[in-house]
Amino acid sequence: MNYNADEKGYYGEFGGAYIPEMLYPNVEELRQNYLKLMYEDSFQKEFNQLLKDYVGRPSPLYFAKRLSEKHGCKIYLKREDLNHTGAHKVNNTIGQILMAQKLGKTRIIAETGAGQHGVATATVCALMGMECIVYMGEIDIARQAPNVARMKMLGAEVRPAKSGSRTLKDATNEAIRDWINNPVDTHYIIGSAIGPHPYPDMVTRFQSIISEEIKWQLKEKEGRENPDYVVACIGGGSNAAGTYYHFLHEPEVGIIAVEAAGKGVNSGESAATSALGKVGIIHGCKTMLMQTTDGQITEPYSISAGLDYPGVGPMHSHLYKSGRAEFYSATDDEAMAAGLELSQLEGIIPAIETGHAFAIFEHKKFKPDDVVVISLSGRGDKDLNTYIDYFKLA
Amino acid sequence: MSNRITTRLQEDKKLLSIYFTAGYPTLNDTVKIIEDLEKNGVDMIEIGLPFSDPLADGPTIQESSTAALKNGMTTEILFNQLKDIRKTVSIPLIIMGYFNPMLQYGVEAFCKKCQEIGIDGLILPDLPLDVYQEDYEATFKKYGLINVFLITPQTSDARIHQIDDASNGFIYMVSSASVTGSKSGFGQDQENYFERIASMNLKNPQIVGFGIKDEETFKQATKTAKGAIIGSAFIKHLTANGTEKTDEFTNLIR
Repeated sequence: MNYNADEKGYYGEFGGAYIPEMLYPNVEELRQNYLKLMYEDSFQKEFNQLLKDYVGRPSPLYFAKRLSEKHGCKIYLKREDLNHTGAHKVNNTIGQILMAQKLGKTRIIAETGAGQHGVATATVCALMGMECIVYMGEIDIARQAPNVARMKMLGAEVRPAKSGSRTLKDATNEAIRDWINNPVDTHYIIGSAIGPHPYPDMVTRFQSIISEEIKWQLKEKEGRENPDYVVACIGGGSNAAGTYYHFLHEPEVGIIAVEAAGKGVNSGESAATSALGKVGIIHGCKTMLMQTTDGQITEPYSISAGLDYPGVGPMHSHLYKSGRAEFYSATDDEAMAAGLELSQLEGIIPAIETGHAFAIFEHKKFKPDDVVVISLSGRGDKDLNTYIDYFKLA
Repeated sequence: MSNRITTRLQEDKKLLSIYFTAGYPTLNDTVKIIEDLEKNGVDMIEIGLPFSDPLADGPTIQESSTAALKNGMTTEILFNQLKDIRKTVSIPLIIMGYFNPMLQYGVEAFCKKCQEIGIDGLILPDLPLDVYQEDYEATFKKYGLINVFLITPQTSDARIHQIDDASNGFIYMVSSASVTGSKSGFGQDQENYFERIASMNLKNPQIVGFGIKDEETFKQATKTAKGAIIGSAFIKHLTANGTEKTDEFTNLIR
């Protein structure tokens, strides 16, 4: 089976470009050019140079000795948290800002949930001297204050999304409306593996550097390129897409996704899309989607702003439906406990999103010689206020 | 294919079409709004099926959609409200909405229901041309439904011809690059665009939408086009006046 996007952007039955005609010229321009531009020598050279000198890649693949002892398997951490700006998001924004320049765009818009993608976008806009507007849900602005301040300091304008649940979904709606209103000079840097084709494929390719590095790094450490499992948390699914990419067609590698169960999958306050969703259309693609029987999109919930999204990228829907990936979900409490455990066993405070991936050990037992690579997608600085409240640290 | 829409398009007059969100201002206003609009000389109506995430709409229609959903509007309730509409109303009726609610209802079941009620056409901004042609065109036609596509100032000539070929009623001409309700008045750019489209001699007539709110903008839009659609301005009227004084609104247009 093929787990990559086909020419029309479908992963099995999922994907495509369900967009209003107003967006057609922009999306079509991108569709026709993205692969050609992305694989030009000059593009690759500039992209790789920036990833190395500016982002600080390759990010380490770190053997987590104490965590491994605790959970009885060999755990490696892919340290995306050590990237400039503190998460994997910057891999994609570097790629897309170069793409925007090649397409002659001068104005950048983005949506953000936890603020990591917003910061990563504001950062590359500062780097390239481009105007930057970031849409962010009002609720997220309140719970991710440090990232809002960072974006402002980087020169971006943060516009609150005040409709609906006032979180990531609504910020995405506002960004799409902005793009409709500004069709000529603007490029929309989508931060996750969602949206109309070619976005899921483009974002996945920019993030695929994660699994590309895991392969040679693991070869150095374990004498083999393929781990037994790769594990990532999933909201829209960009760090997961990048972590899985080079292993999708390696059947001996188990692929594990951890979604946000919020207060429990059946609590009514959850973002566990694979468990709660049905096939539907959100933000321009057909995918698994949390919705009412009437087709209205449901307001999700998670303690982590970055996973608080009612859909999941079309690639992941296909991985779920086809059985290629195992899907689990972790509650707020499990994710917070896993974050605390990682902090105290390894001295690494993860983002709360990332904490969900580490909660896998609550749900799955690995064998002692299993090599498990976990995507440590982001660091927890931005979540300190939530940690302080939750663990009564102040 | 011929139905109430194509018949109306053949009349020698500029058509006034009005959009409203079903379930707004209150859940059961749908039938009264439709009947009043017909009584006051409106030529065609777009009944908006509200959606939680209306990507192509500005704040006015978003807010009316949110309110309608809060009032309890669903696809099933709308169909029930409309079941006897053809006993009192004879102008063309179009359902306008986003594709996901239709997909969940079942595309064929939705089309069948539309035919039973006497709906003449559908406007689904996020159902793209290629998906429509590959997967749904036959079903729409089986139930006598005209599908209306949008074009914008950025749509290429080649794409406009493609859309013209795929259309069997009219083309919804978005006046400017914008979500609904976001621009005021038409400038030189729009007039040039209206002229450009008129000179393409398309087989389908065009009806202009987005930015029409009064007599002046209606006249500008219909100088070359067959008609114009008013949405946000009428929603604002409903917000201020409820379902009363529809005549005051339509009298302002022509």
